[in-house]
Amino acid sequence: MKSNNDKREKSEQKYGRRTFVKKALFSIASLLVPGFLAARETKQKENAAAILAGGYNPYEHHWGMGIDIGKCIGCGRCVEACKEENNVPREPFFFRTWVERYRVLENGETVVDSPNGAINGFDDKSLDEPVVRSFFVPKLCNHCDNPPCVQVCPVGATFKSPDGVVLVDPSYCIGCRYCIQACPYGARFLHPETRTAEKCTFCYHRITRGLLPACVEACPTQARLFGELHKKANPLQRFLRMNKVAILKPDLNTEPKVFYTNFDMEVS
Amino acid sequence: MNFPDEIKRIRAFWNRFPEQVKRLSIALVIFIVVLIPVRNMLVPPGFGDLGHYRAASLQENSAQNIHYAGRTVCIDCHDDIVSVNKKGYHRDVACETCHGPSAAHVDDPDGNSLRVPRDRGYCPLCHEYISSRPTGFPQIVSASHNPLEPCITCHNPHDPVPPETPKECRACHAEIARTKSVSYHVHVECVRCHDTPEEHKLDPRAVRPSKPMTREFCGGCHSEDAPATNGISRIDMETHEPRYVCWQCHYPHLPEAR
Repeated sequence: MKSNNDKREKSEQKYGRRTFVKKALFSIASLLVPGFLAARETKQKENAAAILAGGYNPYEHHWGMGIDIGKCIGCGRCVEACKEENNVPREPFFFRTWVERYRVLENGETVVDSPNGAINGFDDKSLDEPVVRSFFVPKLCNHCDNPPCVQVCPVGATFKSPDGVVLVDPSYCIGCRYCIQACPYGARFLHPETRTAEKCTFCYHRITRGLLPACVEACPTQARLFGELHKKANPLQRFLRMNKVAILKPDLNTEPKVFYTNFDMEVS
Repeated sequence: MNFPDEIKRIRAFWNRFPEQVKRLSIALVIFIVVLIPVRNMLVPPGFGDLGHYRAASLQENSAQNIHYAGRTVCIDCHDDIVSVNKKGYHRDVACETCHGPSAAHVDDPDGNSLRVPRDRGYCPLCHEYISSRPTGFPQIVSASHNPLEPCITCHNPHDPVPPETPKECRACHAEIARTKSVSYHVHVECVRCHDTPEEHKLDPRAVRPSKPMTREFCGGCHSEDAPATNGISRIDMETHEPRYVCWQCHYPHLPEAR
């Protein structure tokens, strides 16, 4: 009897609680650690693959634009600069950015016009009905954080880059125009020569080299501001802190990264 | 191990499945074997590395050429103009806003000159009066603001300030200046007839310019013996309506009017 008990104690000691916990922890760790390492490695590889020729790492940035409607004078220099910088066709229906004039009439109606995208400015031809208030609104791709154009692209030719800019891959675009239909802001067009979708890129070739987008560069009244959304010390953060900002069509849940201030309810 | 036996066993295992399963599985194997190389061929390299797109597209998008050099490079050569511009009202207007894209000019300053908008049509892009423009932004109505005169005659675009005398008279007295601009008196400067103290610019109603008071003032040019050029019409001061002063009949800003 006694010898039997001894045996049981011995075997219990051999596979005791301490041993069990030890072994369990060790096996869980040995299962998880390679997974963690592999995940870290792929992330690093991803990051490394994304770094551009000039040493620009898209994972370290998150771009956005601020527009002060109260400062816009409707001169159209941004439209001109955009077309020059990005070789946008000169015909009056191809724009990466354009300026709209809103005129709210006494009878409550709103008249919106944008002659040739405002590339030659506006004239002051009056309307039949008296105007109660009026202002200019520069428009461009909103670089949505939740972009409908990217969702509908059947081939993955338009995408949100790691730094939040919505781009088009022209060598992969099949020109089906789904994205043009899907964009609620009308910011896209089909390039007449390449037959691929085109849009504002926040001047990706400039911002990746540390320059400002051409429209921001050319704006004479600083109505446009460009900067980082995830870094504290930069002009856009200050713009967002100091102003009451609004976005276009917030009900669509597209989460635009172009922010407006001195915004009127009539703007859409 | 007996090789034929092994084959027999595999065959027996295979025959245990129903016919349709056997056929479908063969089709499935062929499908997979074909699909993998075809997919590799069709999906471009780098697709899916960063997301549902070609990773190389980021690099391609950023490879585009720059046309606008940016507002910091101009000072390297044009420090004289930039130092003037920095203190003026146009300090926040980038050089390239008016002079256009300058990257090519920066690379080869002699080969590529920039545009210089000197004509009257350019400045009104920003400064023409449009009711939609924000209140307080300096605007003019170019139809009545010194018509046909290029803006740069009075305003230095690098440091725009209200213009100097005597051209500045028309800034306020545009109606008179316009009338005078089509009259024989077009080249007679305002201050020739009106002594204008400098304070008139600051407080126009309290400090007023002078007006000619006598016939003899006009006679300074228009009398028969006046030291003036021959083209000027002359009168005999003794016989030409001696009881009246000149401006009772002649409007000095448009003397040919009757």
